[in-house]
Amino acid sequence: MAYLDHAATTPMLPEAVQAMTAQLGLTGNASSLHAAGRRARRTVEEARETLAAALGARPSEVVLTSGGTEADNLAVKGLYWARRAGDPARRRVLASPVEHHAVLDAVHWLADHEDAHVEWLPVDSLGRVHPDALREAIGRNPDDVALATVMWANNEIGTLQPVAELAAVAREAGVPLHADAVQAVGQVPVDFAASGLAAMSVSGHKIGGPYGIGALLLGREWAPTPLLHGGGQERDVRSGTLDVPAVAAFAVAARIAVERREEFAREIGALRDALIEAVREAVPDVVLGGDPDPDGRLPANAHFAFPGCEGDSLLLLLDAQGIECSTGSACTAGVAQPSHVVLATGTEPDLARGTLRFSFGHTSTKADVDAVAAAIGPAVERARSAGLS
Amino acid sequence: MTDTPHAPNPAPRLRVLAAMSGGVDSAVAAARAVEAGHDVTGVHLALSANPQSFRTGARGCCTIEDSRDARRAADVIGIPFYVWDLADRFRQDVVEDFIAEYEAGRTPNPCLRCNEKIKFAALLDKALALGFDAVCTGHYATVVVREDGTRELHRAADLAKDQSYVLGVLDDKQLAHAMFPLGDTPTTKEEIRAEAERRGLAVARKPDSHDICFIADGDTQGFLARHLGTAEGDIVDEDGNRLGTHSGAYGFTVGQRKGLRIGHPAPDGKPRYVLDISPVDNTVTVGPASSLDVVALTAIRPRWCGAPPTGPGAYTAQLRAHGGETPVTAEPVDGSDGPELRVTFTEPVRGVAPGQAIVLYDGTRVVGSATIATTERRGKVAVS
Repeated sequence: MAYLDHAATTPMLPEAVQAMTAQLGLTGNASSLHAAGRRARRTVEEARETLAAALGARPSEVVLTSGGTEADNLAVKGLYWARRAGDPARRRVLASPVEHHAVLDAVHWLADHEDAHVEWLPVDSLGRVHPDALREAIGRNPDDVALATVMWANNEIGTLQPVAELAAVAREAGVPLHADAVQAVGQVPVDFAASGLAAMSVSGHKIGGPYGIGALLLGREWAPTPLLHGGGQERDVRSGTLDVPAVAAFAVAARIAVERREEFAREIGALRDALIEAVREAVPDVVLGGDPDPDGRLPANAHFAFPGCEGDSLLLLLDAQGIECSTGSACTAGVAQPSHVVLATGTEPDLARGTLRFSFGHTSTKADVDAVAAAIGPAVERARSAGLS
Repeated sequence: MTDTPHAPNPAPRLRVLAAMSGGVDSAVAAARAVEAGHDVTGVHLALSANPQSFRTGARGCCTIEDSRDARRAADVIGIPFYVWDLADRFRQDVVEDFIAEYEAGRTPNPCLRCNEKIKFAALLDKALALGFDAVCTGHYATVVVREDGTRELHRAADLAKDQSYVLGVLDDKQLAHAMFPLGDTPTTKEEIRAEAERRGLAVARKPDSHDICFIADGDTQGFLARHLGTAEGDIVDEDGNRLGTHSGAYGFTVGQRKGLRIGHPAPDGKPRYVLDISPVDNTVTVGPASSLDVVALTAIRPRWCGAPPTGPGAYTAQLRAHGGETPVTAEPVDGSDGPELRVTFTEPVRGVAPGQAIVLYDGTRVVGSATIATTERRGKVAVS
């Protein structure tokens, strides 16, 4: 088996499994006042400190959520509502067109239901937002911007955004900038304080932690309107009894992912480069998606467009040989549509239908690369004969 | 080593792509293909560009629920499963054709069209290109392999469920790669449901779909009105006397009795039926049942399961889905726009609608099919 879809989810680190299982047998609601509650609270707060330290934030800036999607929704909708409540003129939402669906669909929803005026920030052929583009968009009327959102690293094509420069532009105008950093943590340096962001989403299961846990790092001056009302457990911004085992394991995974980041990025980057070379050799007309400069993209990401192929066909053929990768974004029915990210970079729609993403992780080996190298040529040839339906 | 001289040769292990609609038939068909020793992969065809807009529960074959049901069936059977988007092809080849046929005054059968152009063309071609040997569906029909390796399509063992009519459009090449595991054994629909239950398939009790899958609410007239607009025209009798008006000739089918909304009764007091639809002048002609008697017809685009007959032959014919059989003499002829089929009925038949398929049988064997173009009533030719 060659599992090359770590950007979808990556196996839990053994240390995280251990941290989680150690908690599963214990009882205690972190909001309870007795000893069991205090124990649970202590576990949560220690984990929060660990997460904060790993991500360059203060513990009070870590708002635990059910995952990246909730963090993204809380940032986008919550900041929009709060900013609009502060001044009804603030209804402009500036977003990159290459956002993950958790941001993209939240933005669309605001436009459809909450009178938001959405402006899509222009991106170049690598899917990158230039700080001048954000400056120009804000500058047209700094007073009516509710928020801006630009992801740290793209989940499909791996492109890194100039987050700190974008954040500086936004901060200067008093506009909160949110970044989805779900894919970035553990692969590139992520420091919330140094970034200057107002809000940043992270997720557990993308970095070797469990599913169903994530966090929104939130500057203390921002108070988004809650999505979930209830006990107000997380800074009154997010309610819900905390999942102590998941929180503990998430913190362990984040700590290790950040500690091992440099070495991991070097090793995984070398595997990724070997994969790109092998695929180019087997399929000379393949088009690499995202930034050809390894410094401009996630070290674990390789993205290709295979002319004349349906991504679906390639996925089926590789899957049958035990190679697991992804075509791009999928809708609820499981129908692969040409990716909005790939289209936003100016790729022709027909070419956009033939994309595959390979993403590496902590269990990846050279054998995975060799498996793809052996299979990709014949698979592309076969998928081409099936053509575009 | 055990000596088993009388063991039959095992069937070759084929790579089979099972088209899974999310219904009970295609799920059991896929399970049987696995049981027969084949290497089976399930695929659900997404035929609507926007599946969410067709969310209608258990009906039709384009819904997200159906896609999930198909996926769950594949899980239980233990086969890989994918959803393939054939919405563009389906729209062009089936939906647009359906609308155009009605616009031309004919009554198309979109299921036949889908089998011919989607399941056993677009899907089969893709499957073969990707290295599969056959496409498997939940149709009730039987494929018989002759000694020379060529195939014959026969009615299903359970005649009440037989669907060979909607497969009559398949030619030899398509048939060579078709697998219908449900038609091979005399199994009734109830037995199929019981089998699904035994196999742990949750779709065992799912209702059958009867309607046109891309018209989720079942309102064909409303669907046509949305696409073709309304155009008021005359309803006339056989002598051209104006009896009433209609809001679009496409809303009628030859042989239709209900919904004519003609004010005055016929002189003889007998019910009147649609005899003719003329889209050119947007006129619908009605008349008594006796005028519906068709003695002969010409059909276009003949397709043959095997070599075309060289001269006239005696067959039985089926003229609509779930219709009965009627004896005919049929002969391939050269028409002005290509090959045609000339059919003479032994006894006159009623309610023959241009656009529908005529499927010829020799006993239970499907000989071929063609699309009805013109009909001849007693002493009169109706051209649509």
